[in-house]
Amino acid sequence: MLTGQPSGKELLSLIDRNLVASSRVMTARMIVGGARGSRTIEFNAWTEGDKRSFSEYTSPAREKGTKMLKLEDKLWIFSPSTDRIIQITGQMLRQSVMGSDLSYEDMMNNGDLASHYNAKITGSDTLQGRKCWVLRLDAITDNDAYQLRLVKVDQERLIPLSEELYAKSGKLLKRIVLSDVKQIQGRWYPMKMVYRDMLKNGDGTQFIITTLKLDEKMPENIFSKASLK
Amino acid sequence: MIRFIIKGLLRDKHRSRLPLIVVSFGVMLTVLLYTWITGFLGDSVNLNAKLSTGHVKVITKAYKENMDQLPIDLSITGSKSLLEELRKDYPHVEWVDRIEFGGLLDLPDSTGETRSQGPFTGFGVDLRGASGESERLNLNKILVEGKLPSTGGEILVSSLFAKKLGIKINDKVTFIGTTMYGEMSIFNFRVSGTIKYGSVALDKGSVIMDISDARKSLDMEDACNEILGYTDKEYYDDEKATILMRSFMNRYKDTGDRFAPVMLRLRDQNDLGSLIDYMTNVMGFICFVFILIMSIVLWNTGLVGGLRRYGEMGLRLAIGEEKGHVYRTLIAESAFIGFTGSLIGVTVGMVISWMVEKHGLDFSGVLQNATMLMPGVFRTRITTESWFIGFIPGLVATVLGTILSGIGIYRRQTARLFKELQ
Repeated sequence: MLTGQPSGKELLSLIDRNLVASSRVMTARMIVGGARGSRTIEFNAWTEGDKRSFSEYTSPAREKGTKMLKLEDKLWIFSPSTDRIIQITGQMLRQSVMGSDLSYEDMMNNGDLASHYNAKITGSDTLQGRKCWVLRLDAITDNDAYQLRLVKVDQERLIPLSEELYAKSGKLLKRIVLSDVKQIQGRWYPMKMVYRDMLKNGDGTQFIITTLKLDEKMPENIFSKASLK
Repeated sequence: MIRFIIKGLLRDKHRSRLPLIVVSFGVMLTVLLYTWITGFLGDSVNLNAKLSTGHVKVITKAYKENMDQLPIDLSITGSKSLLEELRKDYPHVEWVDRIEFGGLLDLPDSTGETRSQGPFTGFGVDLRGASGESERLNLNKILVEGKLPSTGGEILVSSLFAKKLGIKINDKVTFIGTTMYGEMSIFNFRVSGTIKYGSVALDKGSVIMDISDARKSLDMEDACNEILGYTDKEYYDDEKATILMRSFMNRYKDTGDRFAPVMLRLRDQNDLGSLIDYMTNVMGFICFVFILIMSIVLWNTGLVGGLRRYGEMGLRLAIGEEKGHVYRTLIAESAFIGFTGSLIGVTVGMVISWMVEKHGLDFSGVLQNATMLMPGVFRTRITTESWFIGFIPGLVATVLGTILSGIGIYRRQTARLFKELQ
């Protein structure tokens, strides 16, 4: 725990130190609340830095075998039913993944915040019974989907417990609540995140990490198109 | 007497030429404006009705709240029984189920990877049944290339969209979208033909497929997001639609269920109500302004003519012609001018309108970014009213102008007339 109040920049670096890993292997499930009930999607994901990511869906039956590969700002989806590799680029990356409240960008994101945002601590608050700093993050460039993030950061464990993501216009796009914080390989990490797309009427999407390994060696050739089929 | 007046008008061109030109021109403009507005309004309403709104539309209450986002997760379930019920309860209305949805269309290259892709609005319609949807959507007429889908897995792509993506007939394309339950949906289709609606908003990115294919792709077995009703083959009748909607709402009372069916009229959708009201008001305003302006112009013309014929009037009064008779002959003259001018105006206006109705004026170039469903080629429409809309105001304005300007005749004093004539 920090003894005094850090600067915004320092706090952001400390958050990144917790959340950003050189690589990440996880098994997770998404519970998507919809107008006609909820459904659960399960997948395995391998991520290296913020440029390379691969995921394979294991459940439900309709999604089983669907694979996604992200290289830089390009994303390919393999659909076993059509035997096609489809590329998703540009604005399409901001579309919902499988009807959830997460966009492809949200899903694949493992980048550090410090290189994308200018940070400023604007106050303090209490959330989930824990003391938090309120951090305002303003995007450095226009390229980021979220131009403003208002984050409540656990003062002790130095991880966000809630985030509000805004568009350039000032419109609130998403609200995220992070919980079930566990220590993984010496880092604090939130194992449950509830995403709420504020432009949708749904009940939000729970993103639950079942297993997580950080700084793992990645399997050979996993980040290639050959691994999609 | 009438022959005498007509002869006078024909021989003295100064008396008839200017009013005749003014009346003819004004009437022609009115006819053109009327047929133009009627054509534009009619085409826009028809295009919307056939493709999207129907004359009435049945959706769920929840769907209505976010209708512009095409939320297929809020669709009608058990649509087959609801459709049967509607057909039984309102047999004079043609009912059809449709699925309107959004998605991505992806064209692969020779290795099966993405060559090009783009977002589209899709229409799942009953192409292979007996509902007459192909005829309603004029698919045979708007088919640019290829053929209509005859088996499952075939789709029609709008021509501009096909051109943009480089799609050719028989190409295999992949649909990427979301099912009714929010799952990812990826399906392959074969392009059987390309179509051109003549509406830029649609031609830029739309796809038509049989409703059974849409159901399969979107996991919407026994579901649809819209049931459209057509009270008449061609034209939207607001009164009929309103009666139908009231009857439906009485029958399907609000139970608080967010998936309960509700009915919308055409005018309740796509801002068409404002368009219809606006155009109707514009028509009334045009007629009012026309009569007002023409009356002022013709009054003024009558005054100028009156001044020019000051001596003639004086002489006629001096030799004993009654003021009322002089006034009446002037009105008879104006009635003849009004009639002839209106006839010329209507004839010229109708000929131009007929040509524009037949050939149309292509505005698709300036409507590249149009989001509203409107035709790219604007056409006039000649209706029974078109023959009267300019003719009657033309005649009335001319006579009214003369009535106003001729009042001066009654102000002439017989005692002073001889002095004036000397």
